[in-house]
Amino acid sequence: MTPAVAARRRRSGKFYLMIAPALLLSGVVVLIPGILTAYAAFTDWDGLGLHPAWVGLANFREIFADPVFRHSLRDNLVWTALFLTIPVVIGLLTAMLLLRRRRTRTVYQVIYLIPYVLAPITNAVLWLNIIYNPISGVIGFFRNHGSAIDNPLASTDTALYAVAGVDIWHFWGFLTVVYLAALRQTPLDQVEAALVEGANGWQIFRYVYLPSIRPTLQLMWVMIVIFSFLAFDYVYLLTQGGPANSTEMLSTYAYTAAFSAFQFGKAAAVGLVMSGFGLLSSFLFVWLSRKDPDL
Amino acid sequence: MKASSAPRAAGHLILAVFAVTALFPLLLVGINSLKLSTQIITNPLALPTTLAWSNFGEAWQYGHFATGFRNSLLLTATTVVTVLICSSLAGYVLAGKKIAIWPAVIVYFMVSMTVPIQLFLFPLYFGFAHLNLLGNVFAVGAVIAAMNMPLSVFLMRTFFLNVPKEIEEAAIMDGASTMQTLYRVILPIVSPGLITVSIIVGLNAWNEFLISSTFLQGNYTATLGYLSMNGTFSTNEGVMMAGAVILILPILAIFVLLQRYVVDGLVNGAVKG
Repeated sequence: MTPAVAARRRRSGKFYLMIAPALLLSGVVVLIPGILTAYAAFTDWDGLGLHPAWVGLANFREIFADPVFRHSLRDNLVWTALFLTIPVVIGLLTAMLLLRRRRTRTVYQVIYLIPYVLAPITNAVLWLNIIYNPISGVIGFFRNHGSAIDNPLASTDTALYAVAGVDIWHFWGFLTVVYLAALRQTPLDQVEAALVEGANGWQIFRYVYLPSIRPTLQLMWVMIVIFSFLAFDYVYLLTQGGPANSTEMLSTYAYTAAFSAFQFGKAAAVGLVMSGFGLLSSFLFVWLSRKDPDL
Repeated sequence: MKASSAPRAAGHLILAVFAVTALFPLLLVGINSLKLSTQIITNPLALPTTLAWSNFGEAWQYGHFATGFRNSLLLTATTVVTVLICSSLAGYVLAGKKIAIWPAVIVYFMVSMTVPIQLFLFPLYFGFAHLNLLGNVFAVGAVIAAMNMPLSVFLMRTFFLNVPKEIEEAAIMDGASTMQTLYRVILPIVSPGLITVSIIVGLNAWNEFLISSTFLQGNYTATLGYLSMNGTFSTNEGVMMAGAVILILPILAIFVLLQRYVVDGLVNGAVKG
């Protein structure tokens, strides 16, 4: 070994040491427990014994035969559809309107982001108490004034939309900020060229701005799909999956299986299915960011 | 082009309507935090006629806020310090492509950013139970640090990528070691990145629900203490709203003061993440 190679090895060893803390922490918290979950999904682990019995695909057969699991899957899909459209449209609309308003832009961005930076617990509890509560909330106010509306969280027909409404209320401001940052990167000469050619506002949006922010739009869609399959906080805080499982999601289904029924093998199987969706989306994610020149 | 004032006004109207949508529930919290329960039930939309400041004292007591704020601060500090140390080191190595396996590390972090908590929650829970770590805010802070690691590493990497190579080369030419170069020369340049990561990760840690509610088991954070009031205090909405104000005001103040970094972190995390 030449001294130069030895020196490079030493330097590279130092760099491995520098990256070790991040990888070690992630390994202990995410990777190793993740591998254990993948194993536990094929066992009857009850969370107590250290030697659970191998049961093959029984957990998967059980969950796919369970109507509640299938309903959860449907709820996750509805949730994804809601989040791919409503906050995206609001985010794009408000970002386009803020693009030309330099003086008021900062104030609006701050206002729109306030629900986003508050804790899910705070947001959920305040909606439960002051909006949806049929006695003391805004719903209660309407009931006192002769309207027949009920707490939308209490009905199996509306609960999912009522929960999604709170989550969307807290989320869309994030998209406004991200889209606005992307729109501001659009080359001004393209916009001016379109104006010279007599394009109207809609045409400029459709043929100049929209193509320009396409990578950001795609990336946000992928993120939304991923996070829609992981959605937990607002659902668990507002309804815990009820009433009558009508807002059950894969995440709450797995959580209840583990911590209420102590069926950890089954919960692990659901966790694995969720990760499958995540992995699928992250392939898309890596594929989309592969155009990044720094990679 | 004709100066069209009607569309401009419509634009302002739309922006204002969404601003009201974002703020309306919070305004209701504000006005109702000073009302008596009976007044809220009569009309939650009315302004208070008397000021029931005692709501705040009761909320502070029954929401366990003294313990809660202390625990939340310790947990958040643990997460932020851990993340800053680990992600600045890893971001530097990855930005400079200083190890052969850097593409594999990036793919690992990308994948680990998208896995559900339910993939690692259950074995981790039993690991915690086995090691008697349930209820330990520092251990939970470390778990939340691991969950925020991919995003932070990518954010720091982006900031390191923007440091001109010549600066590092000059320092090495002058005989500085790798660590000296990193801590004395490069870290000061990326300090806006460190602030951005601290704020984004700090907010995530402060607001975290699933891991802390599962692992802390009655050792309340500020938000978990407040959650424990819900239901038991549904008879006194004024106290519930005062509790919400206690939680919202500090976060609101920090956010408004540091909004530039928050926006910066969200945008960079979203575009580069």
